This record gives sequence, structure tokens and C-alpha cells, in this order.
Amino acid sequence: MELPLLHLALVGTPNSGKTSLFNALTGSRQKVANYPGVTVERKEGFFVTPLGRQVSLVDLPGTYSLRGRSPDEEITRDFVLGKASGETMPDLVLCVADSTNLRLTIRLLLELKRTGRPMILVLNMFDIASRRGITVDVGRLAKELGVPVVTSIAVRKGGTADLLKLTDETAAKLAAEPRENSWRALSVSELRATQREADRIIADCVSLPASPDTWTARIDAIVLHPVGGLIVLALILFVMFQAVFAWAQPLMELLNSGFEALGELVQATLPAGLLQSFLQNGVISGVGSVIVFLPQIIIIFLFILLLEDFGYMARAAFLMDRIMGGAGLHGRAFIPLLSSFACAIPGIMATRVIDNKRDRLTTILIAPLMTCSARIPVYTLIISAFIPARDVWGFINLQGLVMFGLYAAGIISALVVSFLIKFFMLRDYAPAPFMLELPDYKMPRLKSIAIGIYTRAKMFLVRAGTTIFSMMVLIWFLASFPQPPAGSTEPAIDFSLAAMIGKALEPLLAPVGFNWQIAVALIPGMAAREVAVAALGTVYAIEGGKEAADQIGHVLATKWSLATALSMLAWYIFAPQCASTLAVIRRETGSWTWMGVTFTYMLVLAYAASLVTYNVAVALGAG
Amino acid sequence: MTDTADTRSHMPLGLAQRGYTGVIQHLSAKEAGSALSDVELESRLIELGFVEGARVEVLHEGLVGRDPIAVRVDNITIAVRRREAMAIIVA
Ligand SMILES: Nc1nc2c(ncn2[C@@H]2O[C@H](COP(=O)(O)OP(=O)(O)OP(=O)(O)O)[C@@H](O)[C@H]2O)c(=O)[nH]1
Ligand SMILES: [Mg+2]
Repeated sequence: MELPLLHLALVGTPNSGKTSLFNALTGSRQKVANYPGVTVERKEGFFVTPLGRQVSLVDLPGTYSLRGRSPDEEITRDFVLGKASGETMPDLVLCVADSTNLRLTIRLLLELKRTGRPMILVLNMFDIASRRGITVDVGRLAKELGVPVVTSIAVRKGGTADLLKLTDETAAKLAAEPRENSWRALSVSELRATQREADRIIADCVSLPASPDTWTARIDAIVLHPVGGLIVLALILFVMFQAVFAWAQPLMELLNSGFEALGELVQATLPAGLLQSFLQNGVISGVGSVIVFLPQIIIIFLFILLLEDFGYMARAAFLMDRIMGGAGLHGRAFIPLLSSFACAIPGIMATRVIDNKRDRLTTILIAPLMTCSARIPVYTLIISAFIPARDVWGFINLQGLVMFGLYAAGIISALVVSFLIKFFMLRDYAPAPFMLELPDYKMPRLKSIAIGIYTRAKMFLVRAGTTIFSMMVLIWFLASFPQPPAGSTEPAIDFSLAAMIGKALEPLLAPVGFNWQIAVALIPGMAAREVAVAALGTVYAIEGGKEAADQIGHVLATKWSLATALSMLAWYIFAPQCASTLAVIRRETGSWTWMGVTFTYMLVLAYAASLVTYNVAVALGAG
Repeated sequence: MTDTADTRSHMPLGLAQRGYTGVIQHLSAKEAGSALSDVELESRLIELGFVEGARVEVLHEGLVGRDPIAVRVDNITIAVRRREAMAIIVA
């Protein structure tokens, strides 16, 4: 007999391990990290139970109640109550609890019971609870709550076996009991009564040891020290940006020489002509010049993933709350902004955890100013071509220092913009509260870090192979056609479409010191920031002829003045050179206006910053 | 445990120093002056476990204005601003 598809949903307080369970059961690789508010979307996956039942499992954002205070919590509420359009209500809700911290989840479960949905309580992270000496009378708890209860360890192999078994048993008994949904938002006194009831049940069924996690207390004594904590935070960020520069260098050089050798091979084996030029100038000089940056991308992700898994992110938000508050930002804006160092898109999505609309909007508007990893290729290329690699004060790498400066410029300008938004647009603004659970520290899991890095690296390479590659084909075409008339002495590229477009734009960009090659690179650079690097690689490779196999950095060093290089760096701090980010802003704010505002203000800032940088540099003799 | 209520005077958690330990007596959102409505603030505090009878300890405080504070509530740690913590009356 074919069993009908069973719809399961994971509901629970934030950071209880819902996504870990989702990944364990369905074999997915959704993002897991040790802070509340990681999941902000609904995700569906499928698996088959031991008894052969087909299951659709939905992972939801964590929530403390069904009131839906912020966009992410609304997703959970609407799904559980069946309000989401075109959604079937779950047949069975898996209410996931962090076993070391049952109070809030049991209260949530008592609230969930009113929806009439059949439920299972999953006591997850049972390994940690056992290690701390917490014991739970599972049978008694199930009786008191009136729902089946099971323990699980989402991150251990076989840790979900009991849950699977119980799911089969419960599913077999389901159909018989259609129940009424009597849920409505709880009043304060009902809420209080529910928490009391939850506390009573816990007192009866759970024995807690007296001492909390001592490691967390010891680490926090340093990391959350009013002064020491800020020093630690600054140190972490500083090491991170130094590492991006210093540690990646050897690997990047290796990749670089690999691509050079490949280019020479193509030149040596293929007859001169269009195919040779396409492979050598379009593919290898273009796409290759972006792939070279893979080690740096991996390093920045490694740092962010380690901090996330360790449990540091919520602490950083705590430390930064008042400081960011001075600039009109909400403390919870910190985590979205820090993830924007990787990429603004997940950063902007992560703002869903911010309940106040204005706070959320401000955060969305400034997230693209955080230095995302796609800027790294641009920055690195220019820095290594123009900034000497020496040490200052004996131990700080000058190139790394400039990189740090660029990151700092992004952060400071974000704070200034946020301050201005608050000052001019959202005048009647009262600070929204900051309330955040600080989870216990956890040892980062090698496997989850490896998976995180693997997915990021794959994404980067896929992008290089698709977006960047197709842009490169376009640029190579524009830069190669029409071909020069026979017998002409000028460089072939001067006759091309690219040169025509670039020269048409040149007058507009001349005041900021950009030549026509840069103008050509900036347009496809709208698709993705790294494309600019690839485009410069191709344009100069076609133009360069003999030095084609040369590294693009060396070419730039001879073709650009220092002032132009600095102006380009300033441009990239601000310029809205990323179509996908703009699309996400449009989606998350639900308005074209805010997308337009973002685009315009960033473009204006970019132009102004480049103008100032260029002219100051020229005046100082760097022209 | 109960005698603390008699010997110590009630005060808002928002005024407590680092190292303070006590028991929540009641919630009084009106006194907090939070941007949230009284009902909303009270609901959120309860949802994070701040209910009458819960033990609290102020573990850490921020640099600027010694704000926000990290409070141990039974066995979890919650970061709140002092302004909102004014609604939590402890002794
Ligand atoms: N030791 C241990 N760690 C776990 C277990 N389940 C989850 N974790 C860790 O707990 C943290 C939170 O896990 P997530 O799966 O992201 O939690 P979530 O409930 O999806 O969180 P939100 O999406 O923020 O609501 C991560 O650091 C996990 O590695 C478990 O059973 N044992
Ligand atoms: Mg999750």
C-alpha cells in the first residue's frame, strides 16, 4: 500500500538545532550556526522513514511565540497556522527544544498545542545536556504535556534514530484525530500563566545541576569585558583582514603562475587567430584573473564561519549595541552587517530578524557598504600593483594595512550614512529594544566548517564559470570586433566596439581619473564586482599583444597613475556594482523606490569619493 | 530564598550593578519608557523567561553607559538594554 506524503514542520525557539535536524534528516546543507536567527526562510526537503513513509520536511525560522513580531517569525506563524498561501498545514509538528534550556520551548509548545496540530517534542542537543548532568524524565514529561517526547542529537550520526522511529509510530495514528484550531494571540496574563505552567512541568520532570557551563562563563569574562571585549573584537577583525592578505599570497601566486603557464601553452600550441585570442585573452586572462582570488575568499569565509559556529556573533552584537546605537542602528543589525562582509545578499536577508521596520530598512540600505568578498579581487589587484609589500613598525604588512583601511572606510561610511538617515529621514525615532539570547559557546565542528567553505567556494567558482564567463565572452567580443582595417598601425583594440563605448563614456569619468578601459570594465562590472577585474584583464590582454601572458597587475602598474588607482579603490568602496544585491533590496523592501534610493546614493557617494581622492592625489603629485 | 524579598528593597533590574543577583518580583512595563507599548514589552520579557520568581544575575555590562547588560535568567543568558530592564522589578 502506498502511504500518502507526510508533511512535517520544524518549529522551535531560535538556535535549538532545527536546521541541524533538517540537514541530518534530509541530507541537505542549509546554513547552521551558533546564534539565534540563522534561518530566515522556509525550506523544504524530503526523506523516507525507516518504515518507508515519504516525508516532506519544512525548516522554519526560530521563534519564541506565534505572535510574529518580525518578518522571519511571521513566516513561521503563517506556516503553522496554515495562512501561507498555497501551503498545506503540517500533518505533524516537530517542536524542537535545546535540552539545556527547556523553559522557553515548553512554553512555546503549550502555545502550539492550541493550534490543534499533532506534535512531537524533540529534546535536541541531548549530548550537551547529558554532559552537564541534566536528566529528563521523558515518560513523565510526555504525560504532563500530552505529546510524545523523544531525545535527539542532530549533529551525531544515528542521533535521530529514535526520532525517526517515533515519527513512524505517531504518523500511523494520525488520521483519526482532526482537531480544532483554537489558537489566538495570548494576552499577557495568559502568557505568564503558560510560562508558570511550563516551569512547573520542568520542575517535576527535569533535574538541573547547579552550575552553568563554566567554559562559557570563563570565556565571557574576557570576551564580554567592557573594555577588553572591544579590544578582542578589534583584534579579531584586524587579524581577519591581515590574513586575507598575508596568508593567501602564496596560494594565489601558485594559481597565478598556473594560469600564466596555461596561457603560454595556448599561445604555443594554437595558431594565432581568433580562437587563440578568445582562449588566451577572454577565458584565461579574464576568468582566470578572478579565480586567482579563491584563496582569499576561502580565508574570509573561514573566519566568519568559525566565529559563527563558536558562538561569538551574538557577543559581538552585544558589544556593538550602544556604539551602533549612536549611529542610529539596532544592535541586532550587527550580525546582518557582519555577514555582509561575505556577501550583502545573505546579509540583507538576515535583516528579517529585526522587528522594527525602520531599523530594518536602515540596515538594508547600508549593508551594501560593507566590504563584500566580491570586492576583494578588485582591492587586491590594485593594492598589489600599487602598494609596496613592506612591513610597517616591523610586523604589519603595509598591503594588509591598506586593505584594513578599505574595510574600515566601508564600515565608517555605513555608520555615517545610517546616522544621516536617522537624522534627516526618520526623525521621530525612538530606539527599539535590543534583546538577544547569548548562546553557550560550542566547539566549531570541522565537518560543518568544511561544508560551509565547500559550498562558498563552489558558489564562487560557479559564478566564475557562468556570470563572469558570459560577461567575458561579451567583453572579448566587444574588444575584438570590428577588426582593424588591413595595414593599420594603431593597436587593434582602438577600432573595436569596446573602445567606442569606453571613449564615449570617458568624458564623464575623466574627472575622477578613469580612462576608457576602466569605463568599459565598469559596465559589465554591474553584473558582479569581480567582473571588472576580469574585464580589465581581457581589455588589456587584447590591447597588450605581446605582454598578454603577463599578469594583469603588472600591466596596470605601468598603465595607471597612482592617483587613478586610488580613485578606483575609492569608487569600489561605494559603487552599487552588483545587480543581484539591488534585486534583493527590491524584494526585501517590496519597493522599487528603496532600490532606486540605494543605487543613487551609492553612485553619488562613489563619484564624489573618487573625485576627491583623485584630485587630492594629483595635487600631492601622484598623478 | 524567600527571605531576600523581605530584607531587600525592590528595585528595577535596569539599575543593578554587575554581579547583582536577585529574584524577579514583578514586571512593570509602564516604568521602562521603552519604545514598545507596555503590553508588547511585557510579552517579550515573559517570552524570554523574565517571569515572577525567576532568579536573575547581571553577568556583564557594556562600555558606553554600562549598557546593555547580559542577564542570567535561570539557565540562559539574555542581553537587554537597561531601559527595557527597568521594567523588571527585582529584589
Ligand atoms: N552538540 C550539539 N550541537 C548541536 C546539536 N544540534 C545543533 N547543534 C548546534 O547548535 C547550533 C544551532 O543549530 P541550528 O541548527 O543552526 O539551530 P536552529 O534551530 O536552526 O537556529 P535558528 O535557525 O537560528 O532558529 C549549531 O552550532 C549546531 O552545530 C546537537 O544535537 N548537539
Ligand atoms: Mg535554522
